[in-house]
Parts: sequence; structure tokens; C-alpha cells
Amino acid sequence: MFLNLFFGLREQGVPVGMQEWMTLMTALSRGLHGSELDRFYNIAKACLVKSEAYFDAFDRVFAHIFKGVELDLDIEEELLNWLADPKQFPELSDEQKAMLERLDADELMRRFLETMSEQDERHDGGGRWVGTGGRSPYGHGGYHPTGIRVGGPGRRRMAMKVWEEREFRDYSTDSTLDVRQIKSALRRLRQLTRQGPSTEFDLDATIDETCRNAGEIDLVFRPERRNNVRLLLLMDVGGTMDPYYEPVSRLLTALHEDRGLRDFKAYYFHNCIYELVGTTANLYRAEALPTGDLFRRYDERWKVAIVGDAAMHPAELLSERGNINPRRETSTRGVDWLRRIDEHFERVVWINPDPEAEWDNSQTCQVIRTIFPMFRLSVTGIANAVGALVAAKR
Amino acid sequence: MGPTMAANPAFNQFAGTSEYIASPALIDAVNLAIALERPLLIKGEPGTGKTLLARNVARALGNEMESWHIKSTSKAQEGLYVYDTVQRLNDARFGDGDVADVRHYIKYGPLGRVFQADERRVLLIDEVDKADLEFPNDILRELDEMRFTVYETGEEVAARHRPVVIITSNNEKELPDPFLRRCVFHFIKFPAVAQMKRIVAVHHPHLESALLDQVLIKFYWLREQSELRKKPSTSELVDWIAALLRAGVTREQVEAHIPFIGSLLKNEQDTEMLEQFSERGGNPPSKWADLGPRYNQ
Repeated sequence: MFLNLFFGLREQGVPVGMQEWMTLMTALSRGLHGSELDRFYNIAKACLVKSEAYFDAFDRVFAHIFKGVELDLDIEEELLNWLADPKQFPELSDEQKAMLERLDADELMRRFLETMSEQDERHDGGGRWVGTGGRSPYGHGGYHPTGIRVGGPGRRRMAMKVWEEREFRDYSTDSTLDVRQIKSALRRLRQLTRQGPSTEFDLDATIDETCRNAGEIDLVFRPERRNNVRLLLLMDVGGTMDPYYEPVSRLLTALHEDRGLRDFKAYYFHNCIYELVGTTANLYRAEALPTGDLFRRYDERWKVAIVGDAAMHPAELLSERGNINPRRETSTRGVDWLRRIDEHFERVVWINPDPEAEWDNSQTCQVIRTIFPMFRLSVTGIANAVGALVAAKR
Repeated sequence: MGPTMAANPAFNQFAGTSEYIASPALIDAVNLAIALERPLLIKGEPGTGKTLLARNVARALGNEMESWHIKSTSKAQEGLYVYDTVQRLNDARFGDGDVADVRHYIKYGPLGRVFQADERRVLLIDEVDKADLEFPNDILRELDEMRFTVYETGEEVAARHRPVVIITSNNEKELPDPFLRRCVFHFIKFPAVAQMKRIVAVHHPHLESALLDQVLIKFYWLREQSELRKKPSTSELVDWIAALLRAGVTREQVEAHIPFIGSLLKNEQDTEMLEQFSERGGNPPSKWADLGPRYNQ
């Protein structure tokens, strides 16, 4: 019964580890639950669940397992048995025992995959992803004349499939992009300099000055070391970027929360950068900023990160009047704008949410890679991109 | 579903105090943390009494409390000790104090003081999420082993009595997994009406019950308004009632409109939202039934 709770929680995606489980076992072995279901519930919850986000899942699993159970006596006997020799737990089959022994990532992954593949068959996934896409301010129809659009919805579904598959792979190799991990990767985005008011006590200089003063103490202060990195983020929104709504928004959250950067600005574009960039993700024309102004506002020391899938119709990048939005015709080619960005700023990287294997499938992606170094939107990818941004001058 | 007698009587060390009404789940979580000697991590909406809990646990246990209020600049080292170099240099210059003994210039922080205390203390680490990303990890070892070394003297400070550690978080940042694994966790839910009445009674014992009902109807109605940027919390409710009592506002007046709205809504847009609501002819409800099925008494 107890192990059902453990596996039930894990199946529902509640991150319960051995350490939490053993904490609960310690509490129960001391009789802290006092043979009461209510108290057992409170204690199990406090030990096993570490975020209110999982309370609902916990309640469901708990209700499912302990519904109608008179906890009074059985629990203690069963528990004592379990503690005396866990391997002899009466409800455990040989298979379960073996599973408990090697409760590793692969196994969990397999369970997870199974769950997900079931969902695929019922087409839940598709609906959800379309729903996710719907959160973006971009619809399909109005903005994209069908003739120009590459692939259209079909491409998106394909991307979606890849994305789902990749999600599992990320668990084992490149790990998921949670906000905390992104922040850790971003930590290296710093170049420490001493500027501003002198507030930090400088012991070495004080000793030097004191010696020079023949023993009269002379206190020396210096400015604190502060991060001097200013980051400009240019972000592709809408269309083929819709499936990446979640990881991209997590990246944005991490950057906004990061108080370590000296300055941080974000602008938005659709597919490729032309003479206007949006100050909001809606890309309203009234709120747009001429791309040329970026060059006047931000000097070459700003680090630039462009986030986008770099996949578009070749004309959008390489021909005049390539803008996918016919109302925003442009006489300068997208690729020229990109080159100007590269010329103006010392450090520019392109972060691509598509997997590396797909990069070569797109002609525009290949062209863009000749201009900017490209990294994948993953924990290691971001860490490498950060490395390229703060590296010594080319 | 009140707190019940456990098989192990030592478990029931905390049962709330006359000034702090705690839910059974919170009481169990506190007692669990004490029994297992694990830090207790408390999350919840602002104004649900997270910080107050530590003070009342200390009162109930008869222990002294030490607070460590975390700011964005807080460093883990400050909680242990600080070596006051400037003081020592100054003393050397003017010949004050015992400069030869570095121990005089080791200033202990909250953790250091709690470890050295002659009896058990309650340590509150308030708003741990305000600090740097790595902060929780930096105090992990000290909280786990309850000891640290003062590098300047080479002395080890070990806790004489394992303190009861209560950590609060406002969810501004995600906390690291290794940190979470070691904690007992409790999320303070916003009090339901019945519990809220008991909480108010602690602060305003002589409040007329018909007036209290009106006050709570308006209060919970405001909280239900999803447009609000900042929902009023328990502490604001208590302040608001104090203001109403002092001004001698009657039940009829509260029934008709919401006086002293400034003590409930702290945001300009929220106040405007309410003004527009009344301009459109809207009227806040005056019966529990109007608040919807969740509030049917």
C-alpha cells in the first residue's frame, strides 16, 4: 500500500525521491502519525511534496489508494514488517522488488514514454499543442498569404512531434530547461568590473597604505565588483516558433529574473529582422522601433542573442521585399540587416530551438549560420552561447 | 478534524497559541519538523502569517527566537559570522581592546548565535527566496550538520542544542532541489471563513457577529475579484476592522458600501477598478448566498 503511494505519485509526475520517502518512513517508524488517517495524510504530504503545484496530484493519488481504508491498525503492522525487512513486503511481486532496486532514470523514462504514447493515440497531444500555439498573438490566416508560407500547418505538426520526442531525450542527456537551470547557465554571462561608489573594504591596499604611513592606519575602500554585461535579446515570435512557446518563455523569465546583468533589453521580430523590430511580442506597428535605432541606442559592447528557428522561405531572407507580411514591404534584404547587426556588435549569437539535426534541412538556416555562431536552446547550448558571448575578442 | 493525541505524546509539542490560530495540517507539519529535526519550509500568500508562525512556535515551546531576515544582498557567511577587520585595525591604531586575540573580532550571525545558545532556540530564516540563487545551497551543510568552522581561529562551532528552523518563502525564485529534499514543506492556504472568524476573534474579541459577517462578506467578495492586482490579506483585514471599530462604523454602513477602502486595497488601479464598479451601478453583495456556493453557510 505504501509503495503504491510512492509509485502512484511518481506516475503522476510528482518528483518524489528516495530521500523524501525515507523521511516519511522515519516519521512513521516513530509513530508520529498516531494511527490516524488525517494525520498520516498531513505528514505524508509535508514529507513527500515540496511544492503546492503538486498538491492536487498528491490528493488524487492519496484518495485513490487510501479510499475507504481504516488505517487504525493495519498500517502499523504492515509498516513494521516493511521496516524490518523491506524486501519481504507482502504486496511486492518479484518484479516490483527488482524495480525498486534499480529505480533509475531509464525506467522512469520508459514509463513516461508509455504514458505519452497513449496520449498520442488519443490525439490529446495535438489538441494541446494547437492550444499552446493559440497563446501566441499570431493567428495563421490574416498574416500569412498561403503562397509564401513554407509548409504551413503541416510543418508545425512535424515540429511538434519532434519537440515531444525531444522532451524525453532531454531528460536523460541534455536535461530539461527549467528556469533554474537556465539561470545557472546564464551565470557565466558576466564580466566583472569595479565601477561606482567605493563601498568595499580593500584589505591589501589598506595594509600597503598603512605601511607607507609609518603605521598610521589608512583605510582604503574600492568599488564593488559588478557585472558589466549588457544583453540585447532579439526574439522570433509566432508562426513556426509557436511550438517553442514554453522553453522560450522560460528563457525570458530567467533573463528577466536575473538581476546580475547590468542591463537587459528585448525586442521581437517575425521570421527575419527587417527595418522595424517590435518592442512587444504583439509586433504592433505603433510600438515598433526602427532597427537602425538599435545601432544608435546600443553600442558595440552590448552582447546580442537572437532567438529563432532560422527556418523561413529563402525569399524572406535573400530577396528584396522579402517580408512575409505584405503590408511591410522592405527594400533591404533580411540577410543584409543581419549582416549589419553582425558588423555593429562585437558579440552576436543565434540560439535555435530546433534540434541540430534539422538545421541543415533549411537553406536559410545554413545561410544564417555563416553569419552568426548558432547554438541550440538547451541547457548546454545556452551555456556554450554564453561562453561565446563573453569570450575574448575575435 | 482537530489535532489528535498521537501514540507518541512527545510529538504534540506545538498546538497553536491563543494568539495564533493554526490549521491541523500546519500543526502536524510543525510537530513533524520538530520531531525529525528538519527545517520547516513555509510558503503561502503574503499576509497569511508565515513570519508570525515562528514567533508563536517559539512561544509555545518556551524557547527564544532568533530571526535572520534575508535580503537580495544577503550572503550565507553573514548568518554564520563576520570577521570585523576594520574594527580590529581601528583598535590597533588607538590601542583599544585586545587586538592580539582575533576572537574578539568575530561577530556571530543568527546561525552562529543559535548554535552557541545554552538552550534550544527557534531560528526564523525569513524570505529565503529574496537572496541570490545559490544562497539556499550555501547554508545546506550548516543546517544539515549543525556545525561550521571559523577559519580565522580554526575553531569549530557546533550546535549545543539543535534549533527548530523555520524558513519562509514567497515564491519569488525557485528553490534548489537538494534544499527542498531536506525540508518538511507546508503551504499555508488562505483561511476559509470559519477559520478567519477565529483569527479575527483573537484580534477583536468583542466584535459584534452581525458586523463581522458583513465585513467578511465584503472582504471575501473583494478577494474573488480576479481583476485585482493585489488581493487583500488577513493582516489587512485585521487592520481594516480596527479602523472600522475606531470610527464607530455600523453594520448598516458596511452593508451599503465599503468604508476605508484604502486599508484593504493598496494599489491605485485596484481602487479605480472598484470606483468604476460603483459608477456602473454595481453593488457589492451583503449576503453570503450572493457570494456563490462556496460560501453558503
